[in-house]
Amino acid sequence: MSAPEPLLDTTTAVGAWTTGTIVEIERTARLVRLRLVVADPVDHLPGQHYAVRLRAEDDYTATRAYSIASDPGDALLELMVECLPGGEVSGYFHDEARVGDMVELRGPIGGWFTWNGDVTAVCLGGGSGVVPFVAMLRHARRLGVTDRLRVVAVARTLDALPYAAELDEAGAFIALTRENLDGRVAAPPYVEELQPLVDGVERGYVCGSVGFASYATRILGEAGLPAAAIRVEQFGATA
Amino acid sequence: MPITRGFTGRPRRGRPDRLPPGQYDAGADWPVLTAEVTPQLVPEEWTITVDGLVERPRTWSWAEVHELPGSTYSGDIHCVTTWSKLDVTFGGVGVETLLELAGPLPEAGYVMAHSTTGYTTNLPLDDVRGGRAWLAWEYDGRPLPPEHGGPVRLLVPHLYFWKSAKWVTRLELMAADRPGFWERGGYHDRGDPWLEQRYQGDP
Repeated sequence: MSAPEPLLDTTTAVGAWTTGTIVEIERTARLVRLRLVVADPVDHLPGQHYAVRLRAEDDYTATRAYSIASDPGDALLELMVECLPGGEVSGYFHDEARVGDMVELRGPIGGWFTWNGDVTAVCLGGGSGVVPFVAMLRHARRLGVTDRLRVVAVARTLDALPYAAELDEAGAFIALTRENLDGRVAAPPYVEELQPLVDGVERGYVCGSVGFASYATRILGEAGLPAAAIRVEQFGATA
Repeated sequence: MPITRGFTGRPRRGRPDRLPPGQYDAGADWPVLTAEVTPQLVPEEWTITVDGLVERPRTWSWAEVHELPGSTYSGDIHCVTTWSKLDVTFGGVGVETLLELAGPLPEAGYVMAHSTTGYTTNLPLDDVRGGRAWLAWEYDGRPLPPEHGGPVRLLVPHLYFWKSAKWVTRLELMAADRPGFWERGGYHDRGDPWLEQRYQGDP
């Protein structure tokens, strides 16, 4: 067994708990896009997340983590919330929240799953796992380094893919597994499709469910990217 | 802090007293959160080393660690991402057993757990002593699966679960505290769920 690369990291500042006020809210069947004014904002890097805490009148609280979709140059904080069955927090945002409502926020959190534009990278996102890559694409566009970032977005259907139009416009490769798209037959991405995207990149990012992350890291490996160059963010349950 | 208008939350009745503040019962789910590619390790090639500020730095093989007196943990675990899992059972060996054989030096006050992936997490030495920490290779009587840190993970159930390093391979005893992987990213150096020590700066 060879010695692993250390998980090098930079120390990042996490702000204190602050308040966010919803100024925009957009809903689709299973997604809620929120834009918030943060009372005491702290600069973030694409790929980081925020803790969102809701407080009921009896002081009961529920806290969840959501990836940041906005890029560091955006004056507002944008989060994309996927609705889970019976979701205590996601259900609140989907069914109840409206402009002017306040939540508690803590962040930005995480110093590892970040991209600041300095390395070439390939990103594989599954479903709502594309959200951090939207922040990275927006950041790349603002810095004028879109050539350094290659994004692969995987979803069951186009409707289930957050930011589908924006990803398409930014040149992301979209692979749908349950419906055909522009002549591409429904299937997960093939090694042959990833090969040209992996060629020459220094780093890989994978974000999605446990099953997706396992598949994505394996296929990136088959396409030639070493495991030590891959950073993973995964969520969800296993049996 | 402000009330979120219209938020009522889950029913409070039946909420077990054993859930720390801000946690929910994940039931049968066991969410997986890792920062790196899940390694596929061969148990017979895995080793655990205790070194740093000890009298007798030592490495145990998979076979050797199984010859030590076994120990199990039955109880709850709490993740900083707010899920808790109640009544779980892990089997392995107590960290105290390894420490007694290695002999911590008086100046050792902290421990850094290292994983095969390069993941690290720091803990006060006292938190892995006194029968409160394990090296676990069984979950529910079965081999610990790779995605949950198998073949062997650290288990420190009284602290948030990121302290229970998956794929642990080294315990380094230190005189001074130094931040591990998530701790450098802003997470707490101790991580007591009952005090909600989630991030640096929490009480």
